[in-house]
Amino acid sequence: MAFPIRAQIGRWSTRTVNYLSRALGRGSGTVVGGKVGLRVDPLLIQHLRPKQVLLVSGTNGKTTTTAMIAEGLGVHSTTNATGANMPEGIVAALSGARRECAVLEVDEAWMARVAEQLQPEVVVLLNLSRDQLDRANEVRQVAEKWRLTFANLPATKFVANANDPLVVYALEHANGVSWCDVPTNWTADAATCPRCNGNISFQSGSWSCRCGFAKPTSIMATLKNELTIHGRRIPLQLTLPGEFNRANAAMALTAIQVLGLDSPLVATVRISWLDSVAGRFGERELWGRKATLLLAKNPAGFSALLESLPSDPRELWIGINAEIADGRDPSWLYDVPFERLGTRVVYCFGTRRLDLAARLFYAGLEPRVVDDRDLVPSGRNKVVAVGNYTVFQEWLRESVEV
Amino acid sequence: MRIAVLYPELLGTYGDGGNALVLQQRLKLRGMRATVTQVGLGDSIPPADLYLLGGGEDGPQRLATESLRRKGFGKTVRSGALVLAVCAGLQILGQSFAVEGDDEFEGLGLVDAVTVRGTERRVGNMAIDIDGQFLVGFENHGGQTTLSQRVQPLGAVLRGFGNDGQVDGYETEQIWATYAHGPVLALNPWFADHILSVVSGRELQPLKTVADDLYQGRLKAFGL
Repeated sequence: MAFPIRAQIGRWSTRTVNYLSRALGRGSGTVVGGKVGLRVDPLLIQHLRPKQVLLVSGTNGKTTTTAMIAEGLGVHSTTNATGANMPEGIVAALSGARRECAVLEVDEAWMARVAEQLQPEVVVLLNLSRDQLDRANEVRQVAEKWRLTFANLPATKFVANANDPLVVYALEHANGVSWCDVPTNWTADAATCPRCNGNISFQSGSWSCRCGFAKPTSIMATLKNELTIHGRRIPLQLTLPGEFNRANAAMALTAIQVLGLDSPLVATVRISWLDSVAGRFGERELWGRKATLLLAKNPAGFSALLESLPSDPRELWIGINAEIADGRDPSWLYDVPFERLGTRVVYCFGTRRLDLAARLFYAGLEPRVVDDRDLVPSGRNKVVAVGNYTVFQEWLRESVEV
Repeated sequence: MRIAVLYPELLGTYGDGGNALVLQQRLKLRGMRATVTQVGLGDSIPPADLYLLGGGEDGPQRLATESLRRKGFGKTVRSGALVLAVCAGLQILGQSFAVEGDDEFEGLGLVDAVTVRGTERRVGNMAIDIDGQFLVGFENHGGQTTLSQRVQPLGAVLRGFGNDGQVDGYETEQIWATYAHGPVLALNPWFADHILSVVSGRELQPLKTVADDLYQGRLKAFGL
């Protein structure tokens, strides 16, 4: 494959800088090289486009759905498995070994630029809800940006969540949408119609507004232990926990079907075997404790996760930071129904552990605040450790797979 | 005590529901009871001792204002109800505010305050001085609010922007309003208790909880 000379230099700069960054132990080596590469060739993303491109975006489930699609496809595809989903991370992924197909997760706010440059075959849109509002300001601005971008991608096929009015709005002028009827429990950001500002009513699995804006007809639906795509039944039993992961898997399989690359049954089996994604869900050892690490960084994601928590273990660690990557305002803790934790023993970690502890206290729990590494509770039983973005990254670094 | 949360589906972007919870729990810990009613768009406005108005995006803020107008919320307040209004709520009770497509959308006119679109969006930590006591929080809004001479601000800005970089919110006989958005009462237990004692008309015994540690920690982080 021949690239313009500028892109070749860009690609090698990206690889070299990332190699050095990793070798010097300065970081995971994804973002810094991408920065240099983009400096050399601002159109590097476009110039590195492989034959086939599939993009995944949405507030929650990007990393897992991307992993599921890559796994389900079975062919070796280029992917940003560590979740580096802004242009630098995407450049870094595309600068690696040349492959025919790329499956990439894209940050919601960067979708316009990335999609315009890559002209993807398929775009998967999972959901849109409040997240890091100090950075994104309003969810609806993201939906508006998407709407402009997706109206101008005539050759792209979309796989999108029909139960999320903001996603449907973003695709109102797009062609070729395969709508998915997947469980979506968070609709608090779509109380008013994005088209007319009227009141959207949600009733028995459907939604509509008086102006005519309503849930579109889906080609796929999830049932208890199976899903249907175009009426065809496919059994689905995941190793990964939670209804939200079933929704992710259903959309991943629909995307694979739309891409027309593999038999859905083979892909389903591959996806059902996945037992951890980027350090999440699997068993690890953290500070001498057996732990399952989970990432939850906004109300919708946290609510879905609380619903799926197994009743055992009862010991739960929650860590909250408010770095730029987390969003600097932890007010959203009050949008998470922590009341559901009932009698669990909860330890609070992170720089905003007191914000969390106060939230849990008002939820009627008796949280314990871990002010210091020396105060980390010891024990032989397993813990579930849920962190928002930078806490999760820290726990991942501090832990090993067991 | 009857607490009514107005249109949480529209005005609840930043964990605003936390304020009702904090008030209810702080009463409960003192052996008193509060009922919290979530008032939806289809509901009429129930009688209550305290109404809570939260923050929201442009479209929802507009719809909430229209509905409050139609349901006669202005009359409810004029006949003596108490209100805590946060962010969008602060703007709604004023004369007019700017939303997408309309720079002078008519508010409920309960307070002589006019909000225009500011030069930039104000996003960040904020702290204000209310008669020597500090209120801490986070703001995220594009509005700039001017109060008439007769209206008293809630406090003087120490960190952040508030209404205009000088003062934040307003305080009338019946209304407390601030740009410190979301669960501001969770961060400021003293302010929650102040509101509770005004609404209940009695003095409350002090309460020591983890919320005090949080408040002290935030003050320290602000260098206050």
